[in-house]
Amino acid sequence: MVQLTLPKNSKITEGKVWPKPTGAKNVTEFRVYRWNPDDGKNPRIDTYYVDRDDCGPMVLDALIWIKSKVDSTLTFRRSCREGVCGSCSMNIDGTNTLACTKGMDEIKGTVRIYPLPHMPVIKDLVPDLTTFYAQHAAIQPYLQTVSPTPQTEWRQSEADRAKLDGLYECILCACCSTSCPSYWWNGDRYLGPAALLQAHRWLKDSRDEATGERLDFLEDPFRLYRCHTIMNCAKACPKGLNPAKAIAEIKQMMVERQV
Amino acid sequence: MLTMMMSIAHRITGAALYFAMLLLAWWLMATASGPNAYATVQWFMGSVIGRFVLFLCTWALLHHLLGGIRHLIWDLGYGFEPNEREWLARATLIGSIGLTLILWIVGYMVVGAS
Repeated sequence: MVQLTLPKNSKITEGKVWPKPTGAKNVTEFRVYRWNPDDGKNPRIDTYYVDRDDCGPMVLDALIWIKSKVDSTLTFRRSCREGVCGSCSMNIDGTNTLACTKGMDEIKGTVRIYPLPHMPVIKDLVPDLTTFYAQHAAIQPYLQTVSPTPQTEWRQSEADRAKLDGLYECILCACCSTSCPSYWWNGDRYLGPAALLQAHRWLKDSRDEATGERLDFLEDPFRLYRCHTIMNCAKACPKGLNPAKAIAEIKQMMVERQV
Repeated sequence: MLTMMMSIAHRITGAALYFAMLLLAWWLMATASGPNAYATVQWFMGSVIGRFVLFLCTWALLHHLLGGIRHLIWDLGYGFEPNEREWLARATLIGSIGLTLILWIVGYMVVGAS
């Protein structure tokens, strides 16, 4: 259903301005999206002031600083703090990225933080990624074979292994899928760049023997072909991967198997 | 940002071309139905608004054409690297505006501003 404005209970209001740290010389302003499912109020934007001399260099460092020194109710996901777990993905300074790998000095002026776009919000910066994970499960992200299992491991040449470079590094942070306008419109039926990059990772694997079945599953006007090469995915990916290219290669495989 | 804008511009120009086709159909029907109808169309197309609409139609057609070529390049598997996709987006925009201007300048020079 086309909806161009936010529903009444989702309109963002001005929130609380938290006090500046006393005696701090190097202060950065943070404007952070807040929403509490329990208080029945609209989302709001809270303003925080972070003492940069007392805090690490990354946006995640600032969020942790706020949580431990200013406002313990601020809610966000984080774990590895070095860009390998994909937990702290959020919209920072207008772009989807990982808070732990985004340096504060990359941002001019006020740092504006929102949850990943177009996802249901659970609380504050925590989006509901249930559908996103279900889409990943739907592409069956594991090795499928029909030949008898070898006594040792499944062998793969170095050249075949190299074909997985640029695909296996995906950490499922959802930055790409939630930056995609096509996914915003048809997120329930279009698999989205993240799931499709993963699908391509298994299509490209020389050991996998379910290529035909995988392509059958993807051959669908919505699952695959809602990609219109908008390229926001490739721009957003904090790992520098290229889902748009992976999807284009799946489309090529579709053509190749018909000729 | 630019690739995203070019994507939506491709759609908008594509939709606009449906209306441009209506104009073309109107002109063709007028040529078939006689001098009076033809004169009416010619008067509209010659007016300032008519010329402006035709100018926009020319741009929409060329933009959509170049956008189509860009998609063809992508469908062949090329042009996905960051610098390549930015270059393609810029080339489409500059190309469509440039070709539209050239076409109209040449048109006026050949036909004259009657």
